[in-house]
Amino acid sequence: MSAPAARSQVSQAPQAATTRPRNPGQIGARPFALLRATLFMAALLPLARLVVLGVRDALGANPVEFVERSLGTWTLVMLCVTLSITPLRRATGWTWLVRLRRMAGLYAFFYAVLHFTTYLWLDQWFDWAAIVKDVAKRPYITAGFAAFVGLVPLAATSTSAMQRRLGGRRWRNLHRLVYAIAGAALLHYFWHKAGKHDFAQPAIYATIIGVLLLARLRRPAAAAITEASIPPRTGR
Amino acid sequence: MLIKPRTDIQPSDITPRAVWHSRRDLLRAAVASGVAIGGAGLVGVRHARAQGAPGAGEKLVATPSPLSVMEKPTPYKDVVGYNNYYEFGTDKSDPARNAPGRLQVRPWTVRVEGAVHKPRTFDIDDLLKLAPIEERVYRLRCVEAWSAVVPWDGYPLAELLKKVEPTGSARFVEFTTLADRKQMPGLSYGVLDWPYTEGLRLDEAMHPLTLLTLGLYGETLPAQNGAPVRVVVPWKYGFKSAKSLVRIRLVEKQPLSSWNAAAPQEYGFYSNVNPKVDHPRWSQATERRIGDDGLFAKRRPTLMFNGYADQVASLYAGMDLQKYF
Repeated sequence: MSAPAARSQVSQAPQAATTRPRNPGQIGARPFALLRATLFMAALLPLARLVVLGVRDALGANPVEFVERSLGTWTLVMLCVTLSITPLRRATGWTWLVRLRRMAGLYAFFYAVLHFTTYLWLDQWFDWAAIVKDVAKRPYITAGFAAFVGLVPLAATSTSAMQRRLGGRRWRNLHRLVYAIAGAALLHYFWHKAGKHDFAQPAIYATIIGVLLLARLRRPAAAAITEASIPPRTGR
Repeated sequence: MLIKPRTDIQPSDITPRAVWHSRRDLLRAAVASGVAIGGAGLVGVRHARAQGAPGAGEKLVATPSPLSVMEKPTPYKDVVGYNNYYEFGTDKSDPARNAPGRLQVRPWTVRVEGAVHKPRTFDIDDLLKLAPIEERVYRLRCVEAWSAVVPWDGYPLAELLKKVEPTGSARFVEFTTLADRKQMPGLSYGVLDWPYTEGLRLDEAMHPLTLLTLGLYGETLPAQNGAPVRVVVPWKYGFKSAKSLVRIRLVEKQPLSSWNAAAPQEYGFYSNVNPKVDHPRWSQATERRIGDDGLFAKRRPTLMFNGYADQVASLYAGMDLQKYF
């Protein structure tokens, strides 16, 4: 396993952040910072595209529907990205991937907030009676609301300070909620499309998420060791 | 209701009246000269119609009808660019992308048969000449809770049905859409059982509002809107207005309609527009008007029978509309 080797290297060489990585599973601090900054900007592109289309009045015949569905799709995509990090790390041995996971998860929350806000504001215009009725009576909206509600404590406990306060085990158990959230999000999408008998896209996402979740089932004992051995990041 | 503000139109931008009235001729002349120059003009026309400018589709002479609504029609580009025509794909933009060029609208025949004295096969040219064509500006309300206002061109379906003389046992009219795998890529996707079929009660079919439709915006129907001939029933959800008809059959028993067969709890045979009867998955109390309504426009309240209550409510007197939805 590359993780224990990385730990011993860090304790031997305090200035490891600036020296060339000796282990193929590692990445230098500067390249990582650059990668993370690039991914941060890239994850904003879907929103930027919507803004540009909106300014150009190119959102199509039903702009609210277009914006709402686009934001929902990107929430799901970010969720898939978040869920793919651990399987990717196991496949490649690149431990630094885990340091990208918080950003990916927070982007899922970011797009979920935008998607939900679009529903409350541009779609329903804060008609609370209609909104409450929707959440209570329409299964797909109930599922979507549940997924959103589930994301809130995850976003709230995403900081390093909260990680330390909760402790590794409680934090990890809380953040396992993401599996239920992914399930609720898929139900939300599936039930919405089911009204028009159009299951192709929900099926694709269900397959992707199914594969990502199954990939975590392999070697659970070794996984526990690896997860616990990665120290929480401090600072940014 | 918020109306999207326009602050970018100057008085000098207003089109001169003479140009406005001859706009279609000007467009046609521009396209015609393109054909003369290149022969690539044909591609341009199809592209123009798909993109959203009235192209050199066959012009229809239509007289205005008192049955039209006094509402501004939805912009042409939205009428031809936002469609549900699953035979050509399930995205709203798929029919405009896939139907023109694939759907062969000539030669075209419609078989009218069943409980009639004079069953007959009509050629599309027969249908174009069967009765005077009227311009009917109708509201269209999709079951998905969006709506549009479309200036259709056609004549009452009753005119066609009178020609074949329904017998006394005719109770319903069944409509069948083309289902050709070679022309329609969406048929390989089993979202519905093909061919698409729909049905009306005979009195609904004979109602003056029910339109055998041959065009929109003064030209023959674009492929994505159900060329070359469809039926339009404005007081029902849009899926009842079957497209690209190949058969009309008068029958004794209530016919199968495709959405009713696919999801009977969600799509009833009648499917009259009714804000008080929700779809199981979403409310039908409001709708979103496509086209002119921008990002910050509010939803509109849905009207009983899509605003045609005065003309059609009597057809359903005494009927429990919650049960017969």
